Amino acid sequence: MNTEKNIKTLIVKKPLKLDCGKTIKDFPIAYETYGSLNSKKDNAILVFHALTGDQFVTGINPVTNKEGWWSYAVGPNKAIDTNKYFVICSNVIGGCLGSYGPSHKGPDQKIFGTNFPVITINDMVNAQYNLLDHFGIDKLFSITGGSMGGMQVLQFISNFPDKSKTVIPIATTSSHSAQNIAFNELGRQAITADSNWKEGNYTSNDTNPGKGLAVARMAAHITYLSKKGLQEKFGRKLQEREDLKFGFDADFQIESYLRYQGSVFVDRFDANSYLYITRAMDYFDLAKQFNGNLSEAFINTKAKFFIISFTSDWLYPTQENKDIVIALNSIGADVGFVEIESDKGHDSFLLDVPDFLSALKNFLDKSYEEN
Amino acid sequence: MKNEFQVIADLIEKDKKVLDVGCADGTLMKFLKENKNINIRGLEISKEKVQECIAKGLTVIEGNAEKDLKQFPDKSFDYVILSQTLQAFLNPELVLDELLRVGKKAIVTIPNFGYWKVRFHLLFKGTMPITKTLPDEWYNTPNLHMCTIKDFFHFVKSKDIKIFKSLALNDINTSIINDSNLGVKNLFADLGIFLIEQ
Repeated sequence: MNTEKNIKTLIVKKPLKLDCGKTIKDFPIAYETYGSLNSKKDNAILVFHALTGDQFVTGINPVTNKEGWWSYAVGPNKAIDTNKYFVICSNVIGGCLGSYGPSHKGPDQKIFGTNFPVITINDMVNAQYNLLDHFGIDKLFSITGGSMGGMQVLQFISNFPDKSKTVIPIATTSSHSAQNIAFNELGRQAITADSNWKEGNYTSNDTNPGKGLAVARMAAHITYLSKKGLQEKFGRKLQEREDLKFGFDADFQIESYLRYQGSVFVDRFDANSYLYITRAMDYFDLAKQFNGNLSEAFINTKAKFFIISFTSDWLYPTQENKDIVIALNSIGADVGFVEIESDKGHDSFLLDVPDFLSALKNFLDKSYEEN
Repeated sequence: MKNEFQVIADLIEKDKKVLDVGCADGTLMKFLKENKNINIRGLEISKEKVQECIAKGLTVIEGNAEKDLKQFPDKSFDYVILSQTLQAFLNPELVLDELLRVGKKAIVTIPNFGYWKVRFHLLFKGTMPITKTLPDEWYNTPNLHMCTIKDFFHFVKSKDIKIFKSLALNDINTSIINDSNLGVKNLFADLGIFLIEQ
């Protein structure tokens, strides 16, 4: 897992005051870029990743040796065309792929663990804003991301209203619902119930709470899929056996699939990061930052919004995406919206869903032509 | 572009903010954007049509006029257009009220059930009329509340809605409708176009 030579890092010298009250400085943000910045510097797209994503958006992720998390959408001639656009993505703070997080050492030279400050979506985007200065970009062409990436998109344009021409939140929400928080809490409880977690100090003992993290991932993974999608893919099919074994092995393919998803996840993700990032999502309530009026979050921006949801996404359902559209319309903002038909659940934005990819491509390319 | 759209476009001054309700594939929106520098938005219920609008670079919201107009503030558009859709709503009166709340003015077009070909079709064939503007069979038509130019004219007046302009269209001929020629226009026009304000 240690391939630090492949990780580009920006050290942010400027102090950043976090929502929790603490201030961090001289901290690293790990990032990756794709395509090239043109001479006018008007073709940059900042992509924000979701809970378990990282800066390796497309191509082969040098750490996991697997395809980047948004390979369907980003790349040469793809929806976010890297022949045309300069794509920047960074690992969120609190993450575990190079950006400042709980697996880093604190000022006392000890690994932070749960002594890392609790971070918010607001902190994440304020940290990432430093990338604009780093690349000398005055205004981004677009910001986009799905799920928690979409939350960062909304927070970013609220904090920096004139820093992006277009804004594309996907399969997201402006406020984490009770159900969202409940699922995240289930995951956190699974991690902290693992005896290897040791109040977050596991790294010093070199034993990870892998079982807890795997259960967290399994539970979360179910929320990313739809009932119909699961039924069609797995149904009641048995796993490499003719009949039920009357035991607690993985009799069903779905069990085996989830166990596999859990096991590969622990190889690439840090349990404490999982706690921190899910917490940041749960704390996200953009309307609350503006006394309950979501429209106020966007009152100062002239950006062009395009909001996308998916029919079978029950984690961040269409209505929650539409609430953002409504807030924008009520202040006369330039906002388009489409709900894409898909039975692939919340994960639709990561998958090969042609209507989604063509809508994304058309919106970007047409908006860029008008640039 | 069909003549109806040309007539609608002629009713709108340059540089205005316009909402096209039921904008379909965005043909009229694109024309208004490119030729009159209109700040144009669309509302469309069909996912396929929404995709076509996006491919044209138009700002469109997937939604249902009967539910989704309420998110727009009062008088937030100079004009709101509703082309040949009023008769397809469950509650056309409510939609009309919403159009006039959201728009400073509204342009509403209706396929005229009083058109002579429609009347002749029912009178002589004895089956539900099918014409160029009413192409569907009775069992698959989206139209729930057909009306005539005369019906709409009276309806609007009864609601104290101001009519700035009412036009009768027949293929490429456009003429003005007034109180004295209403009966004739109701017989010979295929389509009625009304510019109204609450």
